[in-house]
Amino acid sequence: MTSQFLWVIFPYICIAVFIVGHIFRYKSDQFGWTAKSSEFIEKKQLMIGSLLFHIGIFPVILGHVAGLGIPKEWTRAMGISDHMYHIGAVWGGGFFGVMTLAGMIILTSRRFTKKNVRKLSSRSDLIVNTFLLFIVFIGVYSSLITNTMTPGFDYRDTISVWFRSLLLFQPEAAYMASVPIAFKLHVVTGFLIFAMWPFTRLVHVWSVPLNYVGRSYILYRKHQPTKQSPR
Amino acid sequence: MKIKAQVAMVMNLDKCIGCHTCSVTCKTTWTNREGAEYMWFNNVETKPGIGYPKRWEDQELYKGGWQLRKGKLELKSGSKLSKVALGKIFYNPDMPEMKDYYEPWTYDYEKLTSAPDQEHTPVARAKSVVTGEYMDPEWGPNWEDQLAGAHITGPTDPNIEKIEEEIKFNFEQAFMMYLPRLCEHCLNPSCVASCPSGAMYKRDEDGIVLVDQEACRGWRYCMTGCPYKKVYFNWKTNKAEKCTFCFPRVESGLPTVCSETCTGRIRYLGVLLYDADRVQEAASTPDPKDLYQAQCDLFLDPHDPEIIEQAIKDGISEDWIEAAQNSPVYKLAIEYKLAFPLHPEYRTLPMVWYVPPLSPIMNYFEGKDSIKNPDMIFPAIEEMRIPLQYLANMLTAGDVDIVKGGLQRMAMMRSYMRAVSSGKDFDESKLERVGLTAKQTKQMYRLLAIAKYEDRFVIPTSHKESQMNVYRSQGSAGYDGMGTYGEQAPAQNPYSSFSVMGSDGGCDGCGPVTPGAAPVKTGKQIYEENFYGGIWRD
Repeated sequence: MTSQFLWVIFPYICIAVFIVGHIFRYKSDQFGWTAKSSEFIEKKQLMIGSLLFHIGIFPVILGHVAGLGIPKEWTRAMGISDHMYHIGAVWGGGFFGVMTLAGMIILTSRRFTKKNVRKLSSRSDLIVNTFLLFIVFIGVYSSLITNTMTPGFDYRDTISVWFRSLLLFQPEAAYMASVPIAFKLHVVTGFLIFAMWPFTRLVHVWSVPLNYVGRSYILYRKHQPTKQSPR
Repeated sequence: MKIKAQVAMVMNLDKCIGCHTCSVTCKTTWTNREGAEYMWFNNVETKPGIGYPKRWEDQELYKGGWQLRKGKLELKSGSKLSKVALGKIFYNPDMPEMKDYYEPWTYDYEKLTSAPDQEHTPVARAKSVVTGEYMDPEWGPNWEDQLAGAHITGPTDPNIEKIEEEIKFNFEQAFMMYLPRLCEHCLNPSCVASCPSGAMYKRDEDGIVLVDQEACRGWRYCMTGCPYKKVYFNWKTNKAEKCTFCFPRVESGLPTVCSETCTGRIRYLGVLLYDADRVQEAASTPDPKDLYQAQCDLFLDPHDPEIIEQAIKDGISEDWIEAAQNSPVYKLAIEYKLAFPLHPEYRTLPMVWYVPPLSPIMNYFEGKDSIKNPDMIFPAIEEMRIPLQYLANMLTAGDVDIVKGGLQRMAMMRSYMRAVSSGKDFDESKLERVGLTAKQTKQMYRLLAIAKYEDRFVIPTSHKESQMNVYRSQGSAGYDGMGTYGEQAPAQNPYSSFSVMGSDGGCDGCGPVTPGAAPVKTGKQIYEENFYGGIWRD
């Protein structure tokens, strides 16, 4: 029963909240939608922390997509042996994971110890920060330590299959039964942050200004005849 | 050619007394809110000095404005691609910090009444608005007021550093002037160009540059992009804010708050017509010293029938064209060439222009029979207390001759008017030598010295009736509906009807000007025009 809740019901709730929450926030709170940078208050530690975290997190996300989304058969068909894949995942994932973790440690300690930054942080900022630190930590711990400690375990045979079953709407909680606790914690907290996402500063991720590159420099705006809103 | 209109400002620094009234009234109108305490959309700096934020004129430090790269105009802080791709979005290396402006503070006033009986008088100590802890204020928007500390900061003023000869800051040789600063509402705004979210824009109708608070995502490139450091980051809302040029007032034909309340009457507001198609070309002028002329060339003669025809074609209404014809800004900047843009070398084509201060040199050579021999004006201007090179570094990218010309015309105007009012003869050919006629000089005098309200502010109302249902908008005021349908435009402001400023050259300064063929006014009308809330308003 618990496993059914943790590995089927809970993930679906999180995904639903993630989607509906974003639509709701986007429609109702454009004014609150911002990157919420604290660089204006403190710059030196932010430089190291923010750069390490953000540059680290992109390959980490890509790694998750590959690890969770691509079945073993596919990589084998491409001529990548399981061993090669594992080496790449541990070394590459480990490197960028540690980088992300280092950035997150700096950012979190900065947020809690720098007086000005602490003062200007909302409760949601503090929670997101702590949460992300935990997720990144437990993620790095699982892939570097748990993986070596439990040689018989392969997440690509368990977590990944379960995850794909979830996305295909044929959820199979059984795949998660034998997964070590560190991985389980990473998965649960990971889903939880997706549920929190639309209500926190994390929404800035969707505002990455990619269309800026192709835009003209100067923008003019003209008064437009508009429909009168009913009063 | 594509003609657009811009509401622009000129400040006559010759008359600025540095009273900060503009700053205070602006602040109480716009930025007395949490997160905005440190923002001064308008502040008055004493120059020489490094200003607010510290060293804002040092573009090697802040990378504001534009630069030419292989002849092509590009943001000094880097290309669009570099901002998104190179990690600058995670950390902006060129952005000022709060401490470059100042940490906002209040005073512990409660202490004054709650302190127990004690030997010493209780004091209200400064308390940070951010942390709530006691602090020692270390900088502010007018920290160098009246040259305070200028013997230390003055020599590092970027305009001073560019002067080759040594400038002394001892008492005998010290000089100073005031520089009120606000957003320049540039023709080529680098803040707009820097905004990756497309939240900043220039209004098509009047050229006012604004931040769309709903679209701003807080990436903060605008702070870096603006070389005048006049886009601020609200640390509470995490969005950018800036001077709005009091657009709700301007739309109604009223002057901005800073202009309205200026006790020295140094501010002028008026419309300029410009060719929007040539803006980029003008901003790309290779030699920075030619930028001033290139910008002047963008402005179109509103009396030229061809220009009028094209303006109407481009959707500019007739009252706006009429306002452009009567624009005090056009007169001061283009016709008399007395006003100059602030730091044209930033290539933003700023639209708040400054008449350089003259007074210190008049005092210098008045003792040297300048009235008998007006030619003395020319060498004397070079001997002015404020070095010409200093003014030129601020206003004309270092070109001394342009600033000198403006100062000579002002000095010549004073000589001439003194001769006229004291009944002395004056050889009018001397006026010609500085490019003026007797009539123009009198008009100039009227505009600068008498500075009537209706001559200083010639602002046409916006034509919102063409985009909105005025009937439905009744009673909606303030900013709840700003942007697309806005507040109801109030009845035409009685002071925005255009006076024909000194059309007959008359400038005796007595009573309100009546336009050429003005209808006869009743006593009540005249009374109402001249009193405002019971206060005589010239």
